[in-house]
Amino acid sequence: MSDTNASKGFIRRFLDMPPDSTVKTVTVAVVLCLVASMVVSAAAVSLRPVQDMNRLRDKQRNVLEVAGVYEPGMDIAEAFSNFEPHVLELATGAFTDQYDIATFEELATSNDPAIVRALDEDPAGLGGKQQIFQMVYILRDDAGEIDKVVLPIEGYGLWSTLYGFIALEENGNDIYGLQFYQQGETPGLGAEVDNPRWKALWNGKKLRDEDGTLQITVAKQAPAAGQDYYIDALAGATLTSRGVDNLVRFWMGEQGYGPFLERLKAGEI
Amino acid sequence: MAQQTRKSQLVDPLIDNNPITLQVLGICSALAVTSSLKVALVMAIAVTLVTAFSSMFISMLRNQIPSSIRIIVQMVIIASLVIVVDQMLKAYAYEISKTLSVFVGLIITNCIVMGRAEAFAMSNPPVASFVDGIGNGAGYGLILMVVGVIRELFGSGSLFGITILPTVNNGGWYVPNGLLLLPPSAFFVIGLLIWAIRTWKPGQVEEREYKIQSVEAH
Repeated sequence: MSDTNASKGFIRRFLDMPPDSTVKTVTVAVVLCLVASMVVSAAAVSLRPVQDMNRLRDKQRNVLEVAGVYEPGMDIAEAFSNFEPHVLELATGAFTDQYDIATFEELATSNDPAIVRALDEDPAGLGGKQQIFQMVYILRDDAGEIDKVVLPIEGYGLWSTLYGFIALEENGNDIYGLQFYQQGETPGLGAEVDNPRWKALWNGKKLRDEDGTLQITVAKQAPAAGQDYYIDALAGATLTSRGVDNLVRFWMGEQGYGPFLERLKAGEI
Repeated sequence: MAQQTRKSQLVDPLIDNNPITLQVLGICSALAVTSSLKVALVMAIAVTLVTAFSSMFISMLRNQIPSSIRIIVQMVIIASLVIVVDQMLKAYAYEISKTLSVFVGLIITNCIVMGRAEAFAMSNPPVASFVDGIGNGAGYGLILMVVGVIRELFGSGSLFGITILPTVNNGGWYVPNGLLLLPPSAFFVIGLLIWAIRTWKPGQVEEREYKIQSVEAH
């Protein structure tokens, strides 16, 4: 806006024109739009690196939290460097070198048809399509053995798509933790998916029984399979709980990380 | 208006000419962002800054703005400022910007900003307009904070995220009132506030636009 003021000095004639003349109207509109667009784009461009860093840090912090290694005030970048990122092909359950880790995030948000497949059945509410490559994170212990794997999950609750991570132990069957980093469920009801006490229920639960059948359930009553596979649904949030149940079962099933978890169990990773 | 002192410009909008409770502007965002105090505070600051600076810039240009496109000119200035504020929040207050999400963008449609631009800044000098913007932003912020205190304290048992009343969900004794976390509750709270203020200052009560006629029973 200051530019418009500065120009007052040398466009005296213009300023003395009656404000409602056509020339003046057009000129004011053009100049104002130019100045405003410059201000806006300057702000957007100069702040972009900081914003991108924030988004990255936020995601990394969630990976740390779900794996139980986050402490407030810690250096997130440093702690996160202990995690090995891999691009996983869901159908084969194997890591692929096809995509560069650094640029995969950008590709994943671009909805490139090469990495998306159509879903016939869509229990998790993904809008009928699923990305067939996912960025997963592996945390190793000091001996270099796999300690935990962190897998991204998403699905529809009541109002919103929930985005989160699930952390599994090295056997690919025991749940360490589950956490959503983005959700828009009802405050006080569905949004209690963020409640630490509810999230703590996931710790120690198992995905599959001895026969390899997927048993994990979020429900109001314990299923026949027993307490090991049961997470008590959120009180007053039936549809959000059902959404979480659907999305966890979908992503842990054959269409999700099933093949990868089998290979993990067999020690092939 | 012309006789207003700087001080009265700042103080009047707090109670006597409050944008929410007297002018009944900016209700939409007051419903949306008051479920937690921290968010309400950031929103109040953002609206105050946008109102103050947009009023100032519009006032600087007021003699040059062609009346045929004045609303568009005001919108462009306000919208640019809002985008700048939004970008700043995303860069320096990321957690809060995630909670505010679309509501920062909606400052553009906040009637207070447009209202002050059109009613005050178009006919007053820049400094007065700036102070007027600060005053009205503060008046808006004051109501936001009052509503925020009520909603956060009784809706989630905390203030600024610090637990005051330990809730049942976290092993305490307080059963939170879930309605207060939902936007409609702000209607009730603001309605009660308007009632309270108008009882305290009856001068704010508007005259009826109609009279109830007594009709004889058939």
